[in-house]
Amino acid sequence: MTDNFDIIDTPIDTQSLIDKVTKREAGAITIFIGTVREWTEGKKTLTLEYQAYKPMAIQKLKEIGEEIQSKWPKTEVAITHRIGHLGITDIAVVIAVSSPHRKAAYEANEYAIKRIKQIVPIWKKEHWEDGETWIGDQLETTPYPSGKPNVKDESND
Amino acid sequence: MIKVLFFAHLQEEIGRGEMELDNADIPVRNLKSYLQEKYNLSRMDQVMVAINEEYAVDDDEIKDGDVVAFIPPVSGG
Repeated sequence: MTDNFDIIDTPIDTQSLIDKVTKREAGAITIFIGTVREWTEGKKTLTLEYQAYKPMAIQKLKEIGEEIQSKWPKTEVAITHRIGHLGITDIAVVIAVSSPHRKAAYEANEYAIKRIKQIVPIWKKEHWEDGETWIGDQLETTPYPSGKPNVKDESND
Repeated sequence: MIKVLFFAHLQEEIGRGEMELDNADIPVRNLKSYLQEKYNLSRMDQVMVAINEEYAVDDDEIKDGDVVAFIPPVSGG
């Protein structure tokens, strides 16, 4: 289980995540692949740079895995996030979830990416044609309305 | 001694990713305001703090030997 959650600075091998969650009890595996998008809100991204507080980030990925297994029993989860410089279309994150039936695998996979964006200490720096900046959140707006991230478990809405 | 870590825009504003300080036995709030004043930091109200890799609140006490990380709003995924 420990090896199922990782932060690396080399290209992610998607098949290796599939292998980690493959088991005889599973009837479904969902894969989410997050890639670097060229255009966001009319701005053209040239490259991205991801930074992580690695030991804490791995710990938080593990916690997300535990949350998923308590919400959707009999699931298996693997998540790898890449850091460093990435180009357009490069894979930044891969999430693999297996479960006995497909519904749980789909739901748990979406839950995982939502939680990554809330609690895992990883930051993205956008390099545009006309400058660069660290992104505070995915909306480029005030990040935490409550003053802190939702570190508590949230319902799967 | 405590070890203090900075990431993303904070790391760039301060000009380094980590430092050691003598400021133990104080609440998170005090370390935050000390660093904000010393380095003229912006956007500190949105910055979270982790002590030994777990999210902390302003009232939590920092102990000798702790690793304190300043965590700007995250943007992974």
